[in-house]
Amino acid sequence: MPKQMTGAEMVVEALKDQGVDTIFGYPGGAVLPIYDAIFQQNHVRHVLVRHEQGAGHSAEGYARSSGKVGVLLVTSGPGATNAVTALADALMDSIPLVCISGQVPTHLIGSDAFQECDTTGITRSCTKHNYLVRSIADLPRILHEAFYVARSGRPGPVLIDIPKDIQFASGTYTGPENVQHKTYHPQVKGDARAIAQAVEMMAKARKPILYTGGGVINSGPEASKLLRDLVAATGFPITSTLMGLGSYPASGKNWLGMLGMHGTYEANNAMHDCDLMVCIGARFDDRITGRLDAFSPGSKKIHIDIDPSSINKNVKVDLAIIGDCTHVLGDMLSLWRADSAEKPKLDAWWKQIDVWRAKKSLGFRQSAATIKPQYAVQRLYELTKNRDTYITTEVGQHQMWAAQHYHFEEPNRWMTSGGLGTMGYGLPAAIGVQMAHPKALVIDIAGEASIQMCMQEMSTALQYRLPVKIFILNNEYMGMVRQWQELLHGARYSESYSEALPDFVKLAEAYGGHGIRCSDPAKLDDAIMEMINSPKAVIFDCLVDKLENCFPMIPSGKAHNEMLLGDTGEDIGSVIDAKGKMLV
Amino acid sequence: MNAMTTPPVPASPPSPYSSASFKSNVESHTLSVLVDNEPGVLARVVGLFSGRGYNIESLTVAEVAHAEHLSRITIVTKGAPETIDQIQHQLERLVPVHKVTDLTLADKFIERELAMIKVSGTGEHRSEALRLSEAFRARVIDATITSFVFELTGKPAKIDDFVELMRPIGLVEVSRTGVAAISRGPERM
Repeated sequence: MPKQMTGAEMVVEALKDQGVDTIFGYPGGAVLPIYDAIFQQNHVRHVLVRHEQGAGHSAEGYARSSGKVGVLLVTSGPGATNAVTALADALMDSIPLVCISGQVPTHLIGSDAFQECDTTGITRSCTKHNYLVRSIADLPRILHEAFYVARSGRPGPVLIDIPKDIQFASGTYTGPENVQHKTYHPQVKGDARAIAQAVEMMAKARKPILYTGGGVINSGPEASKLLRDLVAATGFPITSTLMGLGSYPASGKNWLGMLGMHGTYEANNAMHDCDLMVCIGARFDDRITGRLDAFSPGSKKIHIDIDPSSINKNVKVDLAIIGDCTHVLGDMLSLWRADSAEKPKLDAWWKQIDVWRAKKSLGFRQSAATIKPQYAVQRLYELTKNRDTYITTEVGQHQMWAAQHYHFEEPNRWMTSGGLGTMGYGLPAAIGVQMAHPKALVIDIAGEASIQMCMQEMSTALQYRLPVKIFILNNEYMGMVRQWQELLHGARYSESYSEALPDFVKLAEAYGGHGIRCSDPAKLDDAIMEMINSPKAVIFDCLVDKLENCFPMIPSGKAHNEMLLGDTGEDIGSVIDAKGKMLV
Repeated sequence: MNAMTTPPVPASPPSPYSSASFKSNVESHTLSVLVDNEPGVLARVVGLFSGRGYNIESLTVAEVAHAEHLSRITIVTKGAPETIDQIQHQLERLVPVHKVTDLTLADKFIERELAMIKVSGTGEHRSEALRLSEAFRARVIDATITSFVFELTGKPAKIDDFVELMRPIGLVEVSRTGVAAISRGPERM
């Protein structure tokens, strides 16, 4: 039954119809009618952030940990521009978001009105799609279309810019059931012949590897289950990108660890030497491939992706399968099981992999005097692995150490800014995760520099009594910047020292949370337990070795089999050539 | 080091993955893009080209089906075959895009451009301009005692040639539509 209501009421009604229970936002002049509609209902809970970037990352954390679409609500002008970083982040990492922004009334658009900006123009290249609503008649359709576009195909952020007069205007609301998108219908089922060909190639392989990514997680829990079945059925070794951690359990016997710039020795060497690479929901990003012309030179490559533009973008593949991971993996698995042909013997390949594994490339030497950052993550993992734990991170060395030393058994447990590399992501993301999972233990593994980029969200955590734990690996440096300066710029640490740091313990207390500091390896476990057992939001200032570098590492411009390991004693300042220095 | 004892450096395997090969054999392609005629759709297409570093040699756009709100954009672009392929996929990814066809791959297609060319002069120059315009089948669509505006339709190269001929005779300015293109035969794109 179509209902008459205002534009602002339609927004809330559409959120309800789309199953949205939580949104993140910040009010302002151009969204007041929507805030008024929110005030008068009980279906949608609004979380007031302290900065719109925080709203965006919170919505991302909510989306990634729950598999639902994340929603943020911001005002015009600065509200919208503050959300841009989070939108770009969600686009890069394929996270489904709907951002509703207020706009000045239609008749003022283009007049440089107060808090006016060209929101659809500014966000065009950092959203999957965006809309400026020009008529109340279009609003219900656009609201439902936005959710459809955000979650379908390769997910991404969608923005709806709603002028204030449209929010006040009355019209007829229609539900999502009648909205059929005119043009956007991504292919989810993979081509049967291509899948058959893939299975044939897999059956012939002697040195195969599965290289998986965030697409498996985006496809839903069923895809992770099918992936595990496929690994069990084929016996293939498996590695994953940063985004894909958890889709295959780190305790699984075929797990090689993460690959790429800070991936394990065994994962990268297996990628380099394999004869068949099956890429599932990953995109051959430069952090993964290293030097392109030396990337896995002897292998045939199969690429499964829902986005046709990912195929042959960076690396030319031999066989492409366009489709959703769940469908393709399901079809692949049943074909593999039905195929009576003799399956490959991979003993020699596993023997080689064991040689690489024996390098123990993630090894580090813990000292009795200072906490090594790797040790801190290791202890955090040991003390939280048997709990219902979700991990978010900021960006930098601590992020890589978390990826290397925290081991994920399930999908949707690991929230990190992969593509855009957004410092400041972790705390607001943790808030989003905690909103979706109120009873869970949510930890933001942070650096002392990154955490200060969205520190204000501590106030949000306290307001909603969210017991998020911020575990800062404090080395008093923008660690990854410092590491690259050591590698590329003669150890001239230009502006990478974190000077004038706040007292994080007092800062936690100032916000009303709990502060903990630890610098003694012997007391670390107790301190971590104190953090876990605190009912409040906690800032844990973990003082770690200041000059520790993140290894292993593929230096820029190098190939997978030219990794730097931590203990080689090589002068890391001389490893990267002039061409490599040009890269990021 | 003794060169005789140095082991031969193994030739690196031929690699299709080198980014260097992407810059080879640049080709010109004509793409037809059928889009929903909604606000901002042209900005999306143009922004995609500038944002990803692709070339636009020519771009035309007009509504082609009023009732269905469909516009057709014709883009002439230059790049290696891999790049053209990528451009096509990136265009298809835009939400309001219905269909993208690489007419150059379809092989049989027609492209035309319309130009208006203003030439001024008197005496011998004026009559020479008129004679040449007849040879090119250009039409006079405006005339004064001292000037002509010619209308010329054809392939871009033909228009280029005509403009070059007019230059020494008294070329004032040129306005061109850019290329419109369509495939031959009965099929739709």
